[in-house]
Amino acid sequence: MLEAIEGKLDRGQRLDRRDALYLLTEAELPALGRLAADVRRRLHPGDRVTYVVDRNVNYTNICLSRCRFCAFYRESGAAGAYLLSHDQILAKVAELDACGGTQLLLQGGLHPELELTWFEDLFRTIRRDFPGIRIHALSPAEIDHLSALAGLDLEDCLRRLQAAGLGSLPGGGAEVLVDAVRRRVSPAKIGWRRWAEVMATAHRLGLRGTATLVFGLGETPADIVTHLLRVRALQAATGGFTAFIPWSFQPGHTELGGAEATGVDYLRVLATARLVLDNVPHLQASWVTQGPHLAQVALLFGADDLGGTMLEENVVAAAGTRFRLPVEQLLRLIREAGFRPVQRDTDYGEAKGWKAVRRLKTEG
Amino acid sequence: MATEAAVIGQRVLAGERLTEEQALALLRAPDLLAVGEWAARFKNRRFGNQVFFNVNRHLNYTNCCIHHCAFCAFRRDPEAVDGYLLSPRAAADLAGQAAVDGATELHVVGGLHPELGLAEGCRLLAAIRAAAPGLHLKAFTAVELDHMARLSGLPLAVVLTELRDAGLDSLPGGGAEIFAPRVRRRICPDKISGERWLEVMATAHESGLRSNATMLFGHLETLEERVEHLARLRRLQDRTDGFQAFVALPFQHRNNPLADLPGPTAVDILRTLAVARLFLDNIPHIKAYWVMLGVKLAQVSLAFGVDDLDGTVVAEQIGHAAGAEAPQSLSRADLERQIRVAGCRPVERDSFYRPVTSGMKHA
Repeated sequence: MLEAIEGKLDRGQRLDRRDALYLLTEAELPALGRLAADVRRRLHPGDRVTYVVDRNVNYTNICLSRCRFCAFYRESGAAGAYLLSHDQILAKVAELDACGGTQLLLQGGLHPELELTWFEDLFRTIRRDFPGIRIHALSPAEIDHLSALAGLDLEDCLRRLQAAGLGSLPGGGAEVLVDAVRRRVSPAKIGWRRWAEVMATAHRLGLRGTATLVFGLGETPADIVTHLLRVRALQAATGGFTAFIPWSFQPGHTELGGAEATGVDYLRVLATARLVLDNVPHLQASWVTQGPHLAQVALLFGADDLGGTMLEENVVAAAGTRFRLPVEQLLRLIREAGFRPVQRDTDYGEAKGWKAVRRLKTEG
Repeated sequence: MATEAAVIGQRVLAGERLTEEQALALLRAPDLLAVGEWAARFKNRRFGNQVFFNVNRHLNYTNCCIHHCAFCAFRRDPEAVDGYLLSPRAAADLAGQAAVDGATELHVVGGLHPELGLAEGCRLLAAIRAAAPGLHLKAFTAVELDHMARLSGLPLAVVLTELRDAGLDSLPGGGAEIFAPRVRRRICPDKISGERWLEVMATAHESGLRSNATMLFGHLETLEERVEHLARLRRLQDRTDGFQAFVALPFQHRNNPLADLPGPTAVDILRTLAVARLFLDNIPHIKAYWVMLGVKLAQVSLAFGVDDLDGTVVAEQIGHAAGAEAPQSLSRADLERQIRVAGCRPVERDSFYRPVTSGMKHA
């Protein structure tokens, strides 16, 4: 089976569901890693591993969705519920800008009252005051929610946000793109078709973005394969995904609870994703959820990007997982794995900022 | 380079013993996955898809220590307010509870307490033995044994005999650090030399005690010094055959005088374990100590030649004091799950690597 798959990969043939399931559940781990590393080298010749200097700002934790895997959300009026003001957010962006950052990852809960104009005003101010910062914001669930609140269709909603300064969409809220799983873990959240529709619409308007997978939610391996195939099919239609980012559910303090997927689970999903998603250029390792050790090993299993430096991160931290990774350490992980670290922008082009990054290190 | 490594890989799998130069070449080989695959094949020939673990408990009887090792965040001066020394009774209570909880082994190590000589060591073991007669007592590193011999003014062989009479069953492998004097002067200037560590182990092995061997790596040592360390262990093992397992301990860098050093990264840890597996052909087991590797990396190391995932541990203080981020304890079910998901078969072992049957567990 492995040889047949190897042959397909050598001929540039697309892997099918059976191949994917075999890789995910049966292939020997080192052999799987070797295949994924080979494909990664073919896609990205040279020894570049990228990272982006970013900040993850969560504008509110108030959320109507109440997903069972989430330790971050609060109900409106509950203790600890918050909504950041524009000034608070702008102060955070100013710090990011001063550090040589290039990307603001802005996401939050599905707030019952926060309207489209709140975002438009915010985005316009950020564009005006910090033209070097890319606004990478609002996952499909938030876009769907905002368009419903505004009484707009998806396209009009996205056009208005784009006109105000939205640059690209993060791929969050995908979890597992299989409705049987979604009904169990996030019954109030949009289904997989709506997630795909938001992404397809955004891509059509020139808003590119990432796609994620959160596994370890009690899904089957076949569900994970379905997720990968759905992302691949969508990408074949739009070409708008820059990267795929899998990570494992962090069960601490959540209603769903249970045991976290293991390190080997993570590497298997990651390597299988690299092999199946032949049309998605980049694969991100998640040091925020997996820790620096596994994130570095991920570079040998097909990942070519270490994601963001995350000057700030709140959602995973709420589930009890707190890895701190100064930029210097991130660079060392990349170098010791045999690669050359390159700071990138949101579109995976090279970004400038070396001196500024040094300052980030001393401040962090 | 890649081809040189590939030739070495073929040779070692054909049964040739690695030279020190070859081990060094593998530590420098760019293709870690290939080295890992050879180590995994080497491991599988011996143990198939079995991976061993035990149900144990750590007991750090004192944090008072007359040494000042630069990598240690656990030690306290004997007169410090947060220095402690467990009484034999307190140790016995913990041991009794461990036995009730299903442990088969107690791992007893501590600092070099200025007043803990042979008589006190014997009293500690005897109290534990009386409280938990079925528990295997793996106690005292070579460094602690040397300390007791000095305090009591008795030869090491006598010390070992008396401790065995009090209940000692086998020895852990700690205190080896890196044998190279250049490094020891900087990281553990007060500690016994590498020669003395090996001599203590040789004496113990000759008296019939088995032990582990460790290497603390990823601080100031060079790759050559790592290989030299492994070579000295292999030479002693050729003579005595007393080492059961080799444990590679990645340096933890928090809260100690070496905190400026970042500690080894995952690829370095996996490479070191894999090369140790291939080089130490005469030491049966290679252990990943999950407390210091982290659970995820320890599990991944099972695909890089490791066959032993250590134990449940329950209460670990030394690695955690230096910033280890792993949990304090894993359950038997946790360990079995980690091993199964890695595609291996979990085997609960006793302290001599014999399978523990469920009947024995509850006997």
